[in-house]
Amino acid sequence: MAEVLYEFQEALLSTDIVKARQVLSETINKITFEQIIETVVVNALENIGKGWEKGEYALSQVYMSGRICEELVDTIFPQGNTPRKPSPKMAIAILNDYHALGKRIVYSTLRASGFDLLDYGRVSPAEIVQRISDDGIEVILLSVLMFPSALRVKDVRDMLDKKGSKVTIVVGGAPFRLDPHLWKQVGADFGAHTASDTIDIIKSISAGGV
Amino acid sequence: MDQKPMSSLQRVLTTLSHREADRVPFFLLLTMHGAKELGVSIREYFSNAESVAKGQISMRKKYRHDCFYNFFYAALEVEAWGGEVLYIDDGPPNAGAPIIRNHNDITRLTVPQVKDTPCLVKVLNATRIIKENAGDEVPIIGVVMSPFSLPIMQMGFPAYLDLIYEQPMLFQQLMAVNQDFCVEWANAQLEAGATAICYFDPVSSSTIIPRELYLKTGYPVAKNTLSRIKGPTATHLASGRCLPVAEDIAQTGTAVIGVSAEEDLEEVKKICRGKITVLGNLNGIEMSRWNMEQTAATVIEAIAKAGVGGGFILSDNHGEIPWQVPEDVLMTLSETVHTYGRYPILMEE
Repeated sequence: MAEVLYEFQEALLSTDIVKARQVLSETINKITFEQIIETVVVNALENIGKGWEKGEYALSQVYMSGRICEELVDTIFPQGNTPRKPSPKMAIAILNDYHALGKRIVYSTLRASGFDLLDYGRVSPAEIVQRISDDGIEVILLSVLMFPSALRVKDVRDMLDKKGSKVTIVVGGAPFRLDPHLWKQVGADFGAHTASDTIDIIKSISAGGV
Repeated sequence: MDQKPMSSLQRVLTTLSHREADRVPFFLLLTMHGAKELGVSIREYFSNAESVAKGQISMRKKYRHDCFYNFFYAALEVEAWGGEVLYIDDGPPNAGAPIIRNHNDITRLTVPQVKDTPCLVKVLNATRIIKENAGDEVPIIGVVMSPFSLPIMQMGFPAYLDLIYEQPMLFQQLMAVNQDFCVEWANAQLEAGATAICYFDPVSSSTIIPRELYLKTGYPVAKNTLSRIKGPTATHLASGRCLPVAEDIAQTGTAVIGVSAEEDLEEVKKICRGKITVLGNLNGIEMSRWNMEQTAATVIEAIAKAGVGGGFILSDNHGEIPWQVPEDVLMTLSETVHTYGRYPILMEE
């Protein structure tokens, strides 16, 4: 399977969707859908995410890889048979600013890895607290680019605390990468450096890690 | 023997020629802090040229750094193209919804004329006022968004990456109009009194695109654009990594490269020595909670890593110091450079 993973990963890094589709299609007859997701798709996305963190790959490759995987998972698997993982009820949002890339990458990566989540788009702290309550969200993923937007996570936490909400807040984005202590300072439960970090965090939450 | 200190301009020109000046030059790339200085809101501060010029002059007097910075905020250029700017109380005004919503919008774009665009004229007026006050002793750094990076705000990041990878013809079309605008905007600032132009190009950073893609996209765009700008330029990757493309960037005709806080200054300096001046790389986000000891230690470390032999300007890593960075940190930063940045740099434990 290591060879398949390597070929798939190389296809993603070259943004070669035809090759990536071919690698997955050839594997469908050999292992189960769940195994394809876990051993090929998730591992490839995790390797690429970690490579980005180390400076080996670029964000455009992370983004295109997530987009390709999401498309392949949605189209290769038989209708309605896409394996989905049991997980807490989740949503993702951009807090305040208009920079959607980080959110898009995390959304694609989680979807391609078998998780379901709602996409709230761009929202203010007050709006997000209301939607969390309306939808019964258990884990909220907040993406930001601007430093002042990162500081607004504290407002979300304070409003949720006032309502007695126990929602888990996971944050990510450039300010949190540049200052590794910032996620704690703003009252988040987890800080994710990469989209693949988010997979590990969600798995740990699902396993009762919070 | 005490010698007469160099002027800021002499100091900067000396380091750009890869020689040691009297001390390490430092650029405090302050924008919004001018509003604090004048006791007004960020929105009010940026509403007129006079207050920005007054803020810049006042801040340089206070912190004794080696440049004026005519930069208002990044979203200003999108405003020039008809986009919305969203003000907040504790940070730079941000770009609103993208102005390019579909591919057809790219074919309909027309280049804004600088002289007919009030937000740009305001920056030119601020530059003129600063120049009248600064004379020739202190460089005035003008700013443009690179034609290659402006589309992040024009159309949103995901849509722009899709365009780069999947629509090469449309991408070229967008670059052509953006280049025309960038060149006119840069040259207008130089005419108004800017000494050099900072070319902000975060998408060219290896954090954002791989080198192979940069060489086909951001590199030729930079080479062509910079050759049409009638003055010296500095390339800033706005916190993005530069190491894999530093030597390529040096070939675009720029004199300076902005370095990420995520990179080792010593390593970058080794590659850039004698080719391109290194600018950076104090972590602006962390700076907001530094104490005085940390501030001094970080500045001394940066000087020790990159100061020897010139070719180094101490600065933040992003090109815009966050609103949250307190005055005493900025003051300590300045005092440390003035004390420990004197050449020859003495390396002590």
